[in-house]
Amino acid sequence: MAVIELSDVSKVFGPTRRGERPVTAVDGVPLRVEAGQIAGIIGHSGAGKSTVVRLVNGLEKPSSGTVTVDGTTITGLPERRLRAVRLGIGMIFQQFNLFSSRTVWGNVAYPLRVAKVPTARHRERISELLHFVGLADRAHSYPDQLSGGQKQRVGIARALATSPKVLLADEATSALDPETTRDVLALLRKVNVELGVTIVVITHEMAVVRSIADRVVVMERGRVVEDGPAFDVFSQPAHPTTQRFVRTVVDDVPTGATLESLRANHSGRIVSLSYRDGSRPGSEVFAELISAGVGFELVHGGLADVRGRSFGTLTLALSGPDAAVDHAIGRLRDRAAVTEVA
Amino acid sequence: MDRLLELEGLFWESVVETLYIVAVTLGIGGVGGLVIGVTLYVTRKNGLLANAPVSIVLNLVVNFFRPIPFVIFIGAVQPLARWVVGVGIGNRAIIFALSLAAAFGISRIVEQNLVGVDPGVVEAARAMGAGRPRIILTVLIPEALGPLVLGYTFVFVALVDMSAIAGVIGGGGLGNFAIVYGYRQFNPVVTWVAVIAIVVIVQVAQFAGNRLARTILRR
Repeated sequence: MAVIELSDVSKVFGPTRRGERPVTAVDGVPLRVEAGQIAGIIGHSGAGKSTVVRLVNGLEKPSSGTVTVDGTTITGLPERRLRAVRLGIGMIFQQFNLFSSRTVWGNVAYPLRVAKVPTARHRERISELLHFVGLADRAHSYPDQLSGGQKQRVGIARALATSPKVLLADEATSALDPETTRDVLALLRKVNVELGVTIVVITHEMAVVRSIADRVVVMERGRVVEDGPAFDVFSQPAHPTTQRFVRTVVDDVPTGATLESLRANHSGRIVSLSYRDGSRPGSEVFAELISAGVGFELVHGGLADVRGRSFGTLTLALSGPDAAVDHAIGRLRDRAAVTEVA
Repeated sequence: MDRLLELEGLFWESVVETLYIVAVTLGIGGVGGLVIGVTLYVTRKNGLLANAPVSIVLNLVVNFFRPIPFVIFIGAVQPLARWVVGVGIGNRAIIFALSLAAAFGISRIVEQNLVGVDPGVVEAARAMGAGRPRIILTVLIPEALGPLVLGYTFVFVALVDMSAIAGVIGGGGLGNFAIVYGYRQFNPVVTWVAVIAIVVIVQVAQFAGNRLARTILRR
Protein backbone atom coordinates (compact mmCIF):
# COMPACT_ATOMS: atom_id res chain seq x y z
CA MET A 1 0.00 0.00 0.00
CA ALA A 2 1.24 3.43 -0.85
CA VAL A 3 1.65 5.66 2.18
CA ILE A 4 2.56 8.68 0.08
CA GLU A 5 1.08 9.25 -3.30
CA LEU A 6 1.67 12.28 -5.50
CA SER A 7 -0.15 12.30 -8.79
CA ASP A 8 0.98 14.69 -11.47
CA VAL A 9 1.93 17.33 -8.91
CA SER A 10 3.30 20.67 -10.01
CA LYS A 11 4.40 23.65 -7.97
CA VAL A 12 4.94 27.04 -9.49
CA PHE A 13 6.36 29.83 -7.36
CA GLY A 14 5.18 33.30 -8.32
CA PRO A 15 7.82 35.89 -9.12
CA THR A 16 9.24 37.55 -6.00
CA ARG A 17 9.89 40.78 -7.90
CA ARG A 18 8.04 42.54 -10.62
CA GLY A 19 9.33 41.57 -14.04
CA GLU A 20 10.63 38.16 -12.96
CA ARG A 21 9.24 34.95 -14.38
CA PRO A 22 7.41 32.40 -12.23
CA VAL A 23 9.55 29.42 -11.34
CA THR A 24 8.29 25.87 -11.87
CA ALA A 25 9.98 24.03 -9.01
CA VAL A 26 8.10 20.77 -9.44
CA ASP A 27 6.79 19.78 -12.82
CA GLY A 28 4.19 17.01 -13.10
CA VAL A 29 5.76 14.67 -10.57
CA PRO A 30 4.29 11.24 -9.89
CA LEU A 31 5.56 9.58 -6.73
CA ARG A 32 4.37 6.54 -4.81
CA VAL A 33 6.13 5.50 -1.64
CA GLU A 34 5.10 2.14 -0.26
CA ALA A 35 4.62 1.51 3.44
CA GLY A 36 7.84 0.54 5.19
CA GLN A 37 10.06 1.67 2.34
CA ILE A 38 13.04 4.01 2.45
CA ALA A 39 12.83 6.13 -0.66
CA GLY A 40 15.79 8.28 -1.64
CA ILE A 41 15.14 11.35 -3.76
CA ILE A 42 18.37 12.56 -5.28
CA GLY A 43 19.08 15.60 -7.40
CA HIS A 44 21.28 18.65 -7.63
CA SER A 45 20.27 21.77 -5.70
CA GLY A 46 17.33 23.41 -7.39
CA ALA A 47 16.05 20.10 -8.78
CA GLY A 48 12.84 20.50 -6.78
CA LYS A 49 13.39 17.70 -4.29
CA SER A 50 12.98 19.87 -1.18
CA THR A 51 9.73 21.23 -2.59
CA VAL A 52 8.50 17.67 -3.10
CA VAL A 53 8.88 16.78 0.59
CA ARG A 54 7.24 20.05 1.61
CA LEU A 55 4.28 19.13 -0.59
CA VAL A 56 4.01 15.86 1.31
CA ASN A 57 3.42 17.54 4.67
CA GLY A 58 1.53 20.46 3.24
CA LEU A 59 4.11 23.14 4.05
CA GLU A 60 3.71 23.98 0.37
CA LYS A 61 0.44 23.72 -1.54
CA PRO A 62 0.59 22.19 -5.03
CA SER A 63 -0.32 24.40 -7.98
CA SER A 64 -1.92 21.34 -9.58
CA GLY A 65 -2.24 17.63 -8.91
CA THR A 66 -3.10 15.86 -5.67
CA VAL A 67 -1.12 14.68 -2.66
CA THR A 68 -2.37 11.75 -0.59
CA VAL A 69 -0.74 10.70 2.67
CA ASP A 70 -1.82 7.55 4.49
CA GLY A 71 -5.14 7.50 2.70
CA THR A 72 -5.98 11.16 3.32
CA THR A 73 -5.98 13.52 0.35
CA ILE A 74 -4.33 16.58 1.85
CA THR A 75 -4.67 18.81 -1.19
CA GLY A 76 -7.24 21.49 -0.43
CA LEU A 77 -7.49 20.65 3.27
CA PRO A 78 -7.91 23.69 5.53
CA GLU A 79 -4.88 24.58 7.68
CA ARG A 80 -6.56 23.25 10.82
CA ARG A 81 -7.05 19.76 9.34
CA LEU A 82 -3.58 19.89 7.80
CA ARG A 83 -2.06 20.42 11.25
CA ALA A 84 -3.66 17.16 12.41
CA VAL A 85 -2.17 15.37 9.39
CA ARG A 86 1.30 16.78 10.18
CA LEU A 87 1.26 15.07 13.58
CA GLY A 88 1.57 11.83 11.61
CA ILE A 89 4.52 13.04 9.51
CA GLY A 90 7.88 13.71 11.16
CA MET A 91 10.49 15.91 9.54
CA ILE A 92 14.22 16.43 10.07
CA PHE A 93 16.39 19.11 8.50
CA GLN A 94 19.87 19.83 7.22
CA GLN A 95 20.43 22.55 9.84
CA PHE A 96 18.57 20.48 12.50
CA ASN A 97 16.29 23.45 13.33
CA LEU A 98 16.26 22.73 17.06
CA PHE A 99 14.78 25.32 19.40
CA SER A 100 17.88 26.94 20.88
CA SER A 101 15.89 28.30 23.83
CA ARG A 102 14.85 24.80 24.90
CA THR A 103 16.80 21.87 26.27
CA VAL A 104 16.94 18.52 24.49
CA TRP A 105 14.06 17.47 26.72
CA GLY A 106 12.10 20.64 25.86
CA ASN A 107 12.66 20.12 22.14
CA VAL A 108 11.31 16.57 22.26
CA ALA A 109 8.41 17.67 24.51
CA TYR A 110 7.30 20.35 22.04
CA PRO A 111 5.48 18.12 19.52
CA LEU A 112 3.89 16.21 22.43
CA ARG A 113 2.37 19.48 23.64
CA VAL A 114 1.24 20.33 20.12
CA ALA A 115 -0.42 16.91 19.92
CA LYS A 116 -2.05 17.53 23.33
CA VAL A 117 -0.48 14.45 24.90
CA PRO A 118 -1.21 14.70 28.66
CA THR A 119 1.80 16.05 30.55
CA ALA A 120 1.77 13.01 32.82
CA ARG A 121 2.75 10.87 29.85
CA HIS A 122 5.58 13.12 28.60
CA ARG A 123 8.22 11.79 30.93
CA GLU A 124 7.93 8.20 29.85
CA ARG A 125 7.72 9.01 26.14
CA ILE A 126 10.64 11.47 26.11
CA SER A 127 12.83 9.10 28.08
CA GLU A 128 11.96 6.27 25.67
CA LEU A 129 12.81 8.44 22.64
CA LEU A 130 16.10 9.70 24.06
CA HIS A 131 17.15 6.15 24.86
CA PHE A 132 16.22 5.10 21.33
CA VAL A 133 18.50 7.75 19.79
CA GLY A 134 21.20 7.22 22.43
CA LEU A 135 21.07 10.63 24.09
CA ALA A 136 19.48 9.88 27.45
CA ASP A 137 22.42 11.48 29.26
CA ARG A 138 22.05 14.80 27.40
CA ALA A 139 18.39 15.45 28.24
CA HIS A 140 19.16 18.69 30.05
CA SER A 141 21.71 20.06 27.60
CA TYR A 142 20.93 22.91 25.26
CA PRO A 143 21.38 22.42 21.50
CA ASP A 144 24.45 24.69 21.38
CA GLN A 145 26.21 22.28 23.76
CA LEU A 146 25.80 19.35 21.35
CA SER A 147 27.78 18.17 18.32
CA GLY A 148 26.16 18.07 14.88
CA GLY A 149 25.46 14.36 15.06
CA GLN A 150 23.90 14.72 18.51
CA LYS A 151 21.75 17.59 17.27
CA GLN A 152 20.42 15.46 14.44
CA ARG A 153 19.67 12.66 16.91
CA VAL A 154 17.59 15.13 18.91
CA GLY A 155 15.93 16.16 15.64
CA ILE A 156 15.08 12.52 14.98
CA ALA A 157 13.75 11.98 18.52
CA ARG A 158 11.65 15.12 18.18
CA ALA A 159 10.31 14.06 14.79
CA LEU A 160 9.34 10.65 16.15
CA ALA A 161 7.69 11.93 19.33
CA THR A 162 4.14 11.65 18.04
CA SER A 163 4.81 8.19 16.51
CA PRO A 164 4.44 9.26 12.88
CA LYS A 165 4.06 6.74 10.08
CA VAL A 166 6.24 8.81 7.79
CA LEU A 167 9.56 10.56 8.34
CA LEU A 168 10.82 13.18 5.88
CA ALA A 169 14.58 13.77 5.94
CA ASP A 170 15.56 16.94 4.11
CA GLU A 171 19.33 16.75 3.49
CA ALA A 172 19.55 15.42 7.03
CA THR A 173 23.21 14.42 6.79
CA SER A 174 24.53 17.12 4.46
CA ALA A 175 25.93 19.21 7.30
CA LEU A 176 27.66 16.24 8.95
CA ASP A 177 31.09 14.67 8.49
CA PRO A 178 31.28 11.21 6.86
CA GLU A 179 31.58 9.28 10.09
CA THR A 180 28.66 11.06 11.77
CA THR A 181 26.71 10.65 8.53
CA ARG A 182 27.14 6.89 8.83
CA ASP A 183 25.89 6.91 12.42
CA VAL A 184 22.85 9.01 11.59
CA LEU A 185 22.02 6.86 8.56
CA ALA A 186 22.31 3.75 10.72
CA LEU A 187 19.88 5.36 13.15
CA LEU A 188 17.45 6.10 10.32
CA ARG A 189 17.67 2.43 9.26
CA LYS A 190 16.88 1.46 12.82
CA VAL A 191 13.85 3.78 12.77
CA ASN A 192 12.71 2.06 9.59
CA VAL A 193 13.30 -1.50 10.71
CA GLU A 194 12.32 -1.34 14.39
CA LEU A 195 9.50 1.17 14.23
CA GLY A 196 8.27 0.44 10.70
CA VAL A 197 8.40 4.12 9.75
CA THR A 198 8.32 4.92 6.04
CA ILE A 199 11.20 7.30 5.27
CA VAL A 200 11.75 9.73 2.43
CA VAL A 201 15.36 10.86 2.24
CA ILE A 202 16.25 13.93 0.21
CA THR A 203 19.91 14.25 -0.69
CA HIS A 204 22.43 15.30 -3.28
CA GLU A 205 24.88 12.63 -2.12
CA MET A 206 24.69 9.28 -3.87
CA ALA A 207 26.55 7.65 -0.98
CA VAL A 208 23.60 8.42 1.31
CA VAL A 209 21.12 6.87 -1.09
CA ARG A 210 23.40 3.90 -1.61
CA SER A 211 23.66 3.15 2.07
CA ILE A 212 19.98 3.27 3.02
CA ALA A 213 17.51 3.65 0.15
CA ASP A 214 15.40 0.73 -1.06
CA ARG A 215 14.12 2.87 -3.85
CA VAL A 216 15.76 5.69 -5.76
CA VAL A 217 14.04 8.63 -7.44
CA VAL A 218 16.27 10.92 -9.50
CA MET A 219 15.05 14.46 -10.07
CA GLU A 220 16.23 17.10 -12.46
CA ARG A 221 14.71 20.51 -13.12
CA GLY A 222 11.47 19.68 -11.34
CA ARG A 223 10.92 16.37 -13.09
CA VAL A 224 11.48 12.74 -12.13
CA VAL A 225 14.00 11.41 -14.65
CA GLU A 226 14.49 7.97 -13.16
CA ASP A 227 12.70 5.90 -10.54
CA GLY A 228 13.31 2.32 -9.52
CA PRO A 229 14.65 -0.18 -6.98
CA ALA A 230 18.02 1.00 -5.63
CA PHE A 231 20.03 -1.87 -7.09
CA ASP A 232 18.61 -1.43 -10.59
CA VAL A 233 19.18 2.33 -10.61
CA PHE A 234 22.75 1.87 -9.41
CA SER A 235 23.72 -1.04 -11.59
CA GLN A 236 21.95 0.06 -14.76
CA PRO A 237 21.39 3.79 -14.65
CA ALA A 238 19.45 4.90 -17.73
CA HIS A 239 19.41 8.67 -17.58
CA PRO A 240 22.66 10.64 -18.03
CA THR A 241 22.09 12.49 -14.73
CA THR A 242 21.69 9.18 -12.91
CA GLN A 243 24.84 7.86 -14.58
CA ARG A 244 26.76 10.89 -13.35
CA PHE A 245 25.45 10.37 -9.82
CA VAL A 246 26.35 6.68 -9.88
CA ARG A 247 29.89 7.50 -11.01
CA THR A 248 30.33 9.55 -7.82
CA VAL A 249 30.22 6.35 -5.77
CA VAL A 250 31.59 3.68 -8.07
CA ASP A 251 34.12 3.76 -10.91
CA ASP A 252 32.85 2.96 -14.36
CA VAL A 253 34.73 1.89 -17.51
CA PRO A 254 37.69 4.33 -17.57
CA THR A 255 37.59 7.14 -20.15
CA GLY A 256 39.46 10.35 -20.93
CA ALA A 257 42.32 11.35 -18.67
CA THR A 258 41.93 8.27 -16.45
CA LEU A 259 42.34 6.03 -19.48
CA GLU A 260 45.33 8.02 -20.74
CA SER A 261 47.12 7.58 -17.46
CA LEU A 262 46.28 3.86 -17.29
CA ARG A 263 47.67 3.38 -20.75
CA ALA A 264 50.81 5.26 -19.89
CA ASN A 265 51.46 3.27 -16.74
CA HIS A 266 50.48 -0.23 -17.78
CA SER A 267 51.56 -2.38 -20.67
CA GLY A 268 49.32 -4.95 -22.30
CA ARG A 269 45.66 -4.81 -23.18
CA ILE A 270 43.24 -3.12 -20.88
CA VAL A 271 39.79 -4.61 -20.49
CA SER A 272 36.88 -3.72 -18.22
CA LEU A 273 34.61 -6.35 -16.71
CA SER A 274 31.21 -5.00 -15.71
CA TYR A 275 28.99 -6.74 -13.19
CA ARG A 276 25.42 -5.56 -13.31
CA ASP A 277 23.33 -8.53 -12.25
CA GLY A 278 24.18 -8.81 -8.60
CA SER A 279 26.75 -11.59 -9.02
CA ARG A 280 30.25 -11.14 -7.66
CA PRO A 281 33.29 -11.94 -9.77
CA GLY A 282 34.48 -15.20 -8.26
CA SER A 283 38.01 -16.47 -8.09
CA GLU A 284 37.18 -18.44 -11.26
CA VAL A 285 37.72 -15.26 -13.31
CA PHE A 286 41.27 -15.08 -12.13
CA ALA A 287 41.69 -18.84 -12.40
CA GLU A 288 40.61 -18.54 -16.03
CA LEU A 289 43.33 -16.00 -16.72
CA ILE A 290 45.97 -18.06 -14.98
CA SER A 291 45.06 -21.23 -16.83
CA ALA A 292 45.21 -19.32 -20.14
CA GLY A 293 48.73 -18.26 -19.24
CA VAL A 294 47.82 -14.59 -19.20
CA GLY A 295 49.38 -12.19 -16.72
CA PHE A 296 46.93 -9.74 -15.15
CA GLU A 297 46.86 -6.75 -12.91
CA LEU A 298 43.85 -4.96 -11.42
CA VAL A 299 44.37 -1.34 -12.48
CA HIS A 300 41.12 0.49 -11.91
CA GLY A 301 37.56 0.25 -10.65
CA GLY A 302 35.84 -1.50 -7.84
CA LEU A 303 32.67 -3.11 -6.64
CA ALA A 304 29.89 -1.60 -4.59
CA ASP A 305 27.23 -3.14 -2.47
CA VAL A 306 23.62 -2.00 -2.66
CA ARG A 307 21.05 -3.72 -0.48
CA GLY A 308 23.29 -6.77 -0.23
CA ARG A 309 23.93 -7.17 -3.97
CA SER A 310 27.13 -6.20 -5.74
CA PHE A 311 27.79 -4.38 -8.92
CA GLY A 312 30.68 -2.51 -10.42
CA THR A 313 33.45 -2.53 -12.96
CA LEU A 314 36.90 -4.04 -12.64
CA THR A 315 39.53 -2.92 -15.15
CA LEU A 316 42.45 -5.29 -15.74
CA ALA A 317 45.67 -4.97 -17.68
CA LEU A 318 46.30 -8.31 -19.44
CA SER A 319 49.70 -9.36 -20.74
CA GLY A 320 50.85 -12.40 -22.65
CA PRO A 321 50.85 -13.85 -26.17
CA ASP A 322 48.11 -12.28 -28.33
CA ALA A 323 46.35 -15.54 -28.98
CA ALA A 324 46.25 -16.42 -25.30
CA VAL A 325 44.88 -13.00 -24.38
CA ASP A 326 42.21 -13.23 -27.10
CA HIS A 327 41.22 -16.65 -25.85
CA ALA A 328 41.08 -15.47 -22.25
CA ILE A 329 38.90 -12.48 -23.16
CA GLY A 330 36.55 -14.84 -24.98
CA ARG A 331 36.21 -16.98 -21.86
CA LEU A 332 35.65 -13.91 -19.65
CA ARG A 333 32.71 -12.84 -21.81
CA ASP A 334 30.79 -15.83 -20.44
CA ARG A 335 31.11 -14.44 -16.92
CA ALA A 336 30.76 -10.67 -17.26
CA ALA A 337 30.20 -7.88 -19.75
CA VAL A 338 33.65 -7.19 -21.16
CA THR A 339 34.73 -3.94 -22.78
CA GLU A 340 38.14 -3.70 -24.33
CA VAL A 341 39.25 -0.16 -23.66
CA ALA A 342 42.86 -0.14 -24.91
CA MET B 1 24.31 72.87 49.85
CA ASP B 2 21.75 74.15 52.35
CA ARG B 3 19.30 74.45 49.48
CA LEU B 4 19.94 70.80 48.71
CA LEU B 5 18.92 69.80 52.21
CA GLU B 6 15.72 71.80 51.88
CA LEU B 7 14.95 70.03 48.61
CA GLU B 8 15.75 66.53 49.83
CA GLY B 9 12.10 65.49 50.21
CA LEU B 10 11.24 66.82 46.75
CA PHE B 11 14.27 65.11 45.28
CA TRP B 12 13.30 61.65 46.49
CA GLU B 13 9.74 62.28 45.40
CA SER B 14 11.06 63.08 41.92
CA VAL B 15 13.15 59.92 41.82
CA VAL B 16 10.06 57.86 42.65
CA GLU B 17 8.00 59.77 40.07
CA THR B 18 10.55 59.15 37.32
CA LEU B 19 10.70 55.45 38.16
CA TYR B 20 6.90 55.29 38.30
CA ILE B 21 6.42 57.04 34.93
CA VAL B 22 9.07 54.93 33.22
CA ALA B 23 7.89 51.64 34.73
CA VAL B 24 4.22 52.14 33.87
CA THR B 25 5.16 53.30 30.37
CA LEU B 26 7.44 50.33 29.83
CA GLY B 27 4.57 48.06 30.87
CA ILE B 28 1.90 49.62 28.64
CA GLY B 29 4.14 50.69 25.75
CA GLY B 30 6.08 47.43 26.02
CA VAL B 31 3.02 45.26 25.52
CA GLY B 32 1.68 47.57 22.80
CA GLY B 33 5.05 47.57 21.04
CA LEU B 34 5.25 43.79 21.27
CA VAL B 35 1.83 43.43 19.64
CA ILE B 36 2.61 45.96 16.88
CA GLY B 37 6.10 44.51 16.36
CA VAL B 38 4.86 40.92 16.09
CA THR B 39 2.16 42.08 13.67
CA LEU B 40 4.77 43.91 11.56
CA TYR B 41 6.86 40.73 11.46
CA VAL B 42 4.18 38.13 10.71
CA THR B 43 2.44 40.21 8.02
CA ARG B 44 5.67 40.64 6.05
CA LYS B 45 5.98 38.95 2.69
CA ASN B 46 6.31 35.16 3.20
CA GLY B 47 5.53 35.69 6.89
CA LEU B 48 3.35 33.42 9.01
CA LEU B 49 0.32 35.62 8.34
CA ALA B 50 1.56 37.41 5.24
CA ASN B 51 -0.86 40.23 4.54
CA ALA B 52 0.30 43.03 2.26
CA PRO B 53 -2.45 45.62 3.04
CA VAL B 54 -2.06 45.27 6.83
CA SER B 55 1.71 45.37 6.49
CA ILE B 56 1.74 48.49 4.33
CA VAL B 57 -0.75 50.43 6.48
CA LEU B 58 0.95 49.47 9.75
CA ASN B 59 4.36 50.45 8.40
CA LEU B 60 2.97 53.83 7.32
CA VAL B 61 1.43 54.44 10.75
CA VAL B 62 4.63 53.49 12.58
CA ASN B 63 6.77 55.60 10.26
CA PHE B 64 4.37 58.51 10.67
CA PHE B 65 4.54 58.63 14.47
CA ARG B 66 8.13 57.63 15.09
CA PRO B 67 9.99 60.70 13.80
CA ILE B 68 7.85 63.25 15.69
CA PRO B 69 10.07 64.90 18.35
CA PHE B 70 8.67 63.90 21.72
CA VAL B 71 8.28 67.44 23.02
CA ILE B 72 5.96 68.20 20.08
CA PHE B 73 4.31 64.78 20.26
CA ILE B 74 3.11 65.54 23.82
CA GLY B 75 1.26 68.61 22.61
CA ALA B 76 -0.03 66.92 19.49
CA VAL B 77 -1.63 64.01 21.36
CA GLN B 78 -2.95 66.13 24.23
CA PRO B 79 -6.56 66.14 22.89
CA LEU B 80 -6.35 62.37 22.56
CA ALA B 81 -5.00 62.13 26.12
CA ARG B 82 -7.96 64.13 27.43
CA TRP B 83 -10.29 61.73 25.69
CA VAL B 84 -8.54 58.51 26.73
CA VAL B 85 -7.23 59.19 30.26
CA GLY B 86 -9.46 62.13 31.12
CA VAL B 87 -6.76 64.80 31.60
CA GLY B 88 -4.38 66.61 29.30
CA ILE B 89 -1.78 67.51 31.93
CA GLY B 90 0.16 65.83 34.73
CA ASN B 91 1.69 62.41 35.09
CA ARG B 92 -1.27 60.53 33.64
CA ALA B 93 -1.13 62.55 30.42
CA ILE B 94 2.64 62.15 30.19
CA ILE B 95 2.39 58.38 30.71
CA PHE B 96 -0.21 58.25 27.94
CA ALA B 97 1.93 60.19 25.46
CA LEU B 98 5.07 58.33 26.45
CA SER B 99 3.41 54.90 26.13
CA LEU B 100 2.10 55.74 22.68
CA ALA B 101 5.49 56.96 21.46
CA ALA B 102 7.26 54.00 23.11
CA ALA B 103 4.92 51.45 21.52
CA PHE B 104 5.85 52.62 18.03
CA GLY B 105 9.54 52.70 18.84
CA ILE B 106 9.50 49.31 20.54
CA SER B 107 7.58 47.77 17.63
CA ARG B 108 10.60 48.30 15.37
CA ILE B 109 12.97 46.79 17.91
CA VAL B 110 10.69 43.76 18.29
CA GLU B 111 10.36 43.37 14.52
CA GLN B 112 14.15 43.54 14.06
CA ASN B 113 14.79 40.90 16.69
CA LEU B 114 12.16 38.56 15.27
CA VAL B 115 13.71 38.89 11.82
CA GLY B 116 16.86 37.50 13.44
CA VAL B 117 15.11 34.26 14.42
CA ASP B 118 16.12 31.36 12.16
CA PRO B 119 13.18 30.71 9.80
CA GLY B 120 14.12 27.02 10.03
CA VAL B 121 12.78 26.69 13.58
CA VAL B 122 9.49 28.23 12.50
CA GLU B 123 9.32 25.73 9.66
CA ALA B 124 10.13 22.89 12.09
CA ALA B 125 7.29 23.98 14.38
CA ARG B 126 4.90 24.16 11.41
CA ALA B 127 5.98 20.69 10.31
CA MET B 128 5.11 19.44 13.82
CA GLY B 129 1.57 20.68 13.36
CA ALA B 130 1.82 23.80 15.55
CA GLY B 131 -0.65 26.60 14.80
CA ARG B 132 0.35 30.19 14.17
CA PRO B 133 -0.55 31.73 17.55
CA ARG B 134 1.34 28.90 19.24
CA ILE B 135 4.37 29.45 17.02
CA ILE B 136 4.40 33.17 17.84
CA LEU B 137 4.14 32.60 21.58
CA THR B 138 6.21 29.45 22.03
CA VAL B 139 8.80 29.69 19.26
CA LEU B 140 9.32 33.21 17.91
CA ILE B 141 9.30 35.14 21.18
CA PRO B 142 11.30 32.61 23.26
CA GLU B 143 13.90 32.24 20.48
CA ALA B 144 14.33 36.04 20.32
CA LEU B 145 14.09 36.61 24.08
CA GLY B 146 17.75 37.46 24.77
CA PRO B 147 17.97 40.25 22.17
CA LEU B 148 14.46 41.39 23.12
CA VAL B 149 15.56 41.91 26.74
CA LEU B 150 18.48 44.02 25.51
CA GLY B 151 16.09 45.95 23.26
CA TYR B 152 13.74 46.65 26.15
CA THR B 153 16.67 47.75 28.30
CA PHE B 154 17.61 50.21 25.58
CA VAL B 155 14.02 51.46 25.58
CA PHE B 156 14.06 51.85 29.39
CA VAL B 157 17.06 54.15 29.10
CA ALA B 158 15.41 56.09 26.27
CA LEU B 159 12.27 56.48 28.39
CA VAL B 160 14.25 57.95 31.30
CA ASP B 161 15.57 60.48 28.78
CA MET B 162 12.15 61.24 27.24
CA SER B 163 10.37 61.48 30.58
CA ALA B 164 12.58 64.42 31.56
CA ILE B 165 10.40 66.63 29.39
CA ALA B 166 7.30 65.80 31.46
CA GLY B 167 7.44 69.24 33.07
CA VAL B 168 6.05 70.94 29.96
CA ILE B 169 2.59 69.60 30.72
CA GLY B 170 2.91 69.63 34.47
CA GLY B 171 4.33 66.17 34.93
CA GLY B 172 6.91 65.44 37.61
CA GLY B 173 10.12 63.49 37.88
CA LEU B 174 13.83 64.23 37.90
CA GLY B 175 13.79 66.21 34.65
CA ASN B 176 11.20 68.59 35.99
CA PHE B 177 13.08 68.80 39.33
CA ALA B 178 16.31 69.74 37.56
CA ILE B 179 14.66 72.44 35.44
CA VAL B 180 12.48 74.01 38.12
CA TYR B 181 14.85 73.94 41.09
CA GLY B 182 18.20 73.82 39.34
CA TYR B 183 18.21 75.56 35.96
CA ARG B 184 15.56 78.23 36.59
CA GLN B 185 16.92 79.10 40.04
CA PHE B 186 20.52 79.29 38.82
CA ASN B 187 21.55 76.43 41.06
CA PRO B 188 23.87 74.11 39.10
CA VAL B 189 24.45 71.93 42.17
CA VAL B 190 20.77 70.93 42.21
CA THR B 191 20.84 70.33 38.45
CA TRP B 192 23.86 68.06 38.83
CA VAL B 193 22.33 66.10 41.67
CA ALA B 194 19.41 65.30 39.34
CA VAL B 195 21.83 64.40 36.54
CA ILE B 196 23.74 62.02 38.79
CA ALA B 197 20.52 60.40 39.98
CA ILE B 198 19.52 59.79 36.34
CA VAL B 199 22.94 58.36 35.53
CA VAL B 200 22.67 55.97 38.48
CA ILE B 201 19.19 54.81 37.42
CA VAL B 202 20.40 54.24 33.84
CA GLN B 203 23.51 52.35 34.97
CA VAL B 204 21.57 50.07 37.29
CA ALA B 205 18.95 49.36 34.59
CA GLN B 206 21.56 48.61 31.94
CA PHE B 207 23.46 46.32 34.30
CA ALA B 208 20.31 44.43 35.22
CA GLY B 209 19.25 44.15 31.57
CA ASN B 210 22.65 42.85 30.48
CA ARG B 211 22.63 40.27 33.23
CA LEU B 212 19.16 39.06 32.44
CA ALA B 213 19.97 38.80 28.72
CA ARG B 214 23.15 36.87 29.54
CA THR B 215 21.21 34.43 31.69
CA ILE B 216 18.69 33.89 28.91
CA LEU B 217 21.37 33.47 26.25
CA ARG B 218 23.47 31.34 28.63
CA ARG B 219 26.71 33.18 27.87
